[in-house]
Amino acid sequence: MIKLDSKIPGGPIADKWSNYKNSLRLVNPANKKKLEVIVVGTGLAGASAASALGELGYNVKVFCFQDSPRRAHSVAAQGGINAAKNYKNDGDSVYRLFHDMIKGGDYRAREANVYRAAEVSNEVIDHFTALGVPFARDYGGMLDNRSFGGVQVSRTFYAKGQTGQQCLLGTYSSLNRQIAKGRVKMFPRRDMLDVVIIDGKARGIITRNLVTGEIERHGAHAVVLATGGYGTVFYLSTLALGSNATAAWSAHKKGALFANPSFIQIHPTSIPVLNDYQCKLTLMSESLRNDGRVWVPKEKGDKRHPSQIPEEERDYYLERRYPAFGNLVPRDVASRAAKERCDAGFGVGDTGLSVYLDFKDAIAKQGKKAIEDKYGNLFEMYEKITGSNPYNEPMRIYPAGHYTMGGLWVDYNLMTTIPGLYAIGESNFSDHGANRLGASSLMQCSGDGYFILPYTMGDYMADEIKVPKTDIKHPEFEKAEKEVTDRIDRLMAVNGSQTASSFHKRLGKILWDHCGMFRNAQGLQKGLELLNQLEEEFWKEIKVPGSKTEMNQELEKAIKVADFFEVGRLMIEDALDRNESCGAHFREEYQTEQGEARRDDANYSYVAAWEYQGPGKKPLLHKEPLKFEFVELKERSYK
Amino acid sequence: MDIKLKIWRQKNASTKGKFENYELREVSPEMSFLEMLDYLNKQLIEGGKEPVTFEHDCREGICGTCGLYINGRPHGPATHTTTCELHMREFKDGETIIVEPWRSKAFPIIKDLAVDRSAFDKIMHAGGFVSIDTGSAREANAIPINKKISDRAFDAAVCIGCGACVAACKNSSAMLFVAAKVSQYAMLPQGKVEAADRVQRMVAKMDELGFGFCSNSYACEFDCPKGISVEFIAQMNREFLSAKLCSHKNH
Repeated sequence: MIKLDSKIPGGPIADKWSNYKNSLRLVNPANKKKLEVIVVGTGLAGASAASALGELGYNVKVFCFQDSPRRAHSVAAQGGINAAKNYKNDGDSVYRLFHDMIKGGDYRAREANVYRAAEVSNEVIDHFTALGVPFARDYGGMLDNRSFGGVQVSRTFYAKGQTGQQCLLGTYSSLNRQIAKGRVKMFPRRDMLDVVIIDGKARGIITRNLVTGEIERHGAHAVVLATGGYGTVFYLSTLALGSNATAAWSAHKKGALFANPSFIQIHPTSIPVLNDYQCKLTLMSESLRNDGRVWVPKEKGDKRHPSQIPEEERDYYLERRYPAFGNLVPRDVASRAAKERCDAGFGVGDTGLSVYLDFKDAIAKQGKKAIEDKYGNLFEMYEKITGSNPYNEPMRIYPAGHYTMGGLWVDYNLMTTIPGLYAIGESNFSDHGANRLGASSLMQCSGDGYFILPYTMGDYMADEIKVPKTDIKHPEFEKAEKEVTDRIDRLMAVNGSQTASSFHKRLGKILWDHCGMFRNAQGLQKGLELLNQLEEEFWKEIKVPGSKTEMNQELEKAIKVADFFEVGRLMIEDALDRNESCGAHFREEYQTEQGEARRDDANYSYVAAWEYQGPGKKPLLHKEPLKFEFVELKERSYK
Repeated sequence: MDIKLKIWRQKNASTKGKFENYELREVSPEMSFLEMLDYLNKQLIEGGKEPVTFEHDCREGICGTCGLYINGRPHGPATHTTTCELHMREFKDGETIIVEPWRSKAFPIIKDLAVDRSAFDKIMHAGGFVSIDTGSAREANAIPINKKISDRAFDAAVCIGCGACVAACKNSSAMLFVAAKVSQYAMLPQGKVEAADRVQRMVAKMDELGFGFCSNSYACEFDCPKGISVEFIAQMNREFLSAKLCSHKNH
């Protein structure tokens, strides 16, 4: 029986982390050299963790499915990275950042973890700057900031609309330095398919070499998952097509609890679907809402060109509904408001499934050059995809699946319920509650990797110094490898008639319709039924061409889609359990008269951590009660 | 629209490849180039044939994974556009489109249109970083950096590592790729300390890996999806020369 212990240290919130760090055991440099760590994933979290651990002297092995660590999907984050520097003298502080995140997450995140993320945010900016990340600067040569949704200060550092790329290349450079020194060994083009547990501790992983098809065993003293989110479960999402749940899901099946799986962020400003063959939605950064105004026509089904619709016939619905935050309300609020307008018949474009994001006023006020400086690459990207120029006519946008607040349950050390198995960055659940604020993902990932995990892992490793290198001939490796091979053989043997993508698309539609922006008990039940039927069909009809002993992209997809069915089922279970609305989880049965989310703190102020019980069995729910000692629980209002 | 495709097919690195012809009907001009290939692959798989292997990931022009040599140009006919951002509206109804992998000795073919670009990572291992350990950074605003210089460093830093510059160059030179990184760091105070060593190490590694020399054709800049300027190559040459001169003086 798993017992959840979050290991939150006592004391005042501002002192928890520094006191805790001082109490953690250390490993001396000579012993670190004897210890091996596996890091899976090379996004901001994985690459920063791997390089920081390498710098400390551990022997690190890093894995990614891409051909190079520089391609991990952190690269696509656009708008920025938050820190509590208060460079703008606008009242920001670590406490304020913490408070914004707790409120933004609709009071469903753990106070201590969130405070720590805010606390290390300033060090993250210092480190990136030292690594040569070219953040935007003002004319005095100082770092510039901009504003993001859900907050009233300017604390977001940025590099045009390519902040993720520049930060990722920063972590990639620190990773390269350790690779050159021989402290880190890089294994690209590998899919992690299982975690190996020996005597209750994580001791290695099973990977598939994506070039040769070989199933490989890798051992270590500890394993870190930095494998990102599972937003691609919706098929159409803002994520890279290769992003997947498989690594984290394999850990879940081996005993790691999965927390709040239904908390998935739907990003309000994505380019809408343009054709039926589309498999990817491109995000337009939230930072655009600093200067862009969101509107729809006041008249239902108004088909006039936007420039023909006069000011008084436009409904700037975010400004109307939320005067205090206007266009900068948090993502969940903005997404629901867009869907509400479209469902009510006010949407624009051929399908009626989009709203305008208009820069007309900003261009008139600040000039085209200023807008180009801030968002040039985003405007270009928009034009390439849609063929329409946003300097001349408003962008059309619509919500899309984006970020998963849910993920592997971790304690304050970022360790999962499997000793020696850590989860960092988006792959864990801990910092964003039921909704993530913009620009806090890059912040959390690099904080976890550079400044938190290297400390907490030492405490675990202190007990490992006498443990010899993991023997990959151990029967547990044998067993895990066989399970992986059997599953691949089973997929290949079906030899049906439909592609993995076609199943993925249908699965995504079921989840989007029944477990998306608006949910209700009946719809969720219906979704569950449809999902189970489709999964059955998948195992009868999937077609994987080619062989398993070569580069086989269809096999890669099929493995991932098979797992997405299971992830989707858990999302629905979780959404059904939570009879309240909070953040991105909006149950239609639980809303205020104004159509806002209605939380039920008395009954649902907990983290829902699910335990796998075997195929076809209902997962077991564990509850971690959330205590709010340092912020007051309130209705979340942006009015 | 209907199109004809001539696509390079090659089972693996050790097998000889050849062009295969395909006809594709009812292609929407709204499709991206890769969605068109997805559409082709779906038909191939359902028809019991092997799909075309091609690499891609973010599909929004930033990860640098995709890269196809389309009608004789890296990333195809549109300027400042990656393959994944290229749309079928750039092509004519009935057109024959030739699709090849990157062609360079330093980028061996893995399968069909997928090539091995790990040589780029190896160049980065040789010096594509600022040597600073986590925890030792000073306060971010302690060193002001002139906005023009910082913006210029950013212009160099936008490289996505796709390899189009190498594919575009008749000599398969990686000069633009290396110059972008060398220049970014050389311009910033944080990177200046190691600039002389860095440029020498990275250039030596580039030569060792079989990339060709630069003969100033500027094809790299022309086909770079991020529009990185060849001025950075000039800057790298200056950095390299002064590093060499200084290192001679010291010996």
